[in-house]
Amino acid sequence: MASQLVMYEEEFHRINSVCDRLTKDANAKVVFLVDKNGQLISAAGQTHNIDTTSLASLTAGNVAAMGGLAKLIGENEFPNQYHEGAKDSLYMSLVGGRVVLVVIFDNRTSLGLVRLRIKKSAEELEKIFVTLAARSAATPGAGSPFAEISDADIDNLFSE
Amino acid sequence: MSFINYSSREINCKIVYYGPGLCGKTTNLQYIYNKTNPETKGKLISLSTETDRTLFFDFLPLSLGEIRGFKTRFHLYTVPGQVFYDASRKLILKGVDGMVFVADSQGERMEANIESMENLRTNLAEQGYDLLKVPFVVQYNKRDLPNAVTVEELRKVLNPRNVPDWQAVAPTGVGVFDTLKSVAKLVLTELRKGGQ
Repeated sequence: MASQLVMYEEEFHRINSVCDRLTKDANAKVVFLVDKNGQLISAAGQTHNIDTTSLASLTAGNVAAMGGLAKLIGENEFPNQYHEGAKDSLYMSLVGGRVVLVVIFDNRTSLGLVRLRIKKSAEELEKIFVTLAARSAATPGAGSPFAEISDADIDNLFSE
Repeated sequence: MSFINYSSREINCKIVYYGPGLCGKTTNLQYIYNKTNPETKGKLISLSTETDRTLFFDFLPLSLGEIRGFKTRFHLYTVPGQVFYDASRKLILKGVDGMVFVADSQGERMEANIESMENLRTNLAEQGYDLLKVPFVVQYNKRDLPNAVTVEELRKVLNPRNVPDWQAVAPTGVGVFDTLKSVAKLVLTELRKGGQ
């Protein structure tokens, strides 16, 4: 079974700061980092009007569908995707084969700048995820909040 | 594959509803959506055709409350049931933590149930999962229909391992939350094992 994604405080802050910086450097509206399985990891910029959970799930669905298409034509993956809208556009980039960096931007910036900045941020993020994977592998399950839960804890969730 | 975030103290798990076309997977999610408090649920997303058949997936995020200070969230997905959407169906299984198989109780859908169960086993294996090891429950839906076969018969064919199973009438909600709770419990119990 695929290993669990575990996020620790230190890496989480580093990831958030990369996303914040990318929002500013690319002059983007919003930046999201989404796990390939549809879990939202980080969001930066003007996120207040966006349903971030749905966005994460649909991003993963889209990346999975495009990955399936890629394989059909003999490609391994389409690592970068660009979707152009009337006002806002969206750029998705696969990072380390594991997470997807999503940038939403409008005409205050340009596709070229967005691509350039994403590339730089993706390299940084990739390093962070390598560290994270090593940390999880070194301490499998250690300190998991779920090692100690009781049947009563689980039942309490369904008490109403 | 659950996602544990120690920083925001959240845990997210993915549950997938599987089953033959028109067995009521989407109806299960719609009922859950209609009956949960607005603050505990997100939007129900349905990627469907013009005739309301699921094209890619339905998605419903649900918060269950806290366990030991961790917010527990479940992401519920359905797959498209129609046979020819197999390529899309496989994709939804990626990263799954728990499975619900929704069976159609009508006698004439028995073949379709068996085919879908076989398809689930194959597709899970392709993603590196073993149905015997994934938290798994079965729901016998459409119990109200006059042509429904007996539960014993369904159980014999679809649930020989005797995993938790429930009778349901999804549009009126019978068995819907029982099914969800029972798979959620199995997923959390599995997480506990992983943490030991």
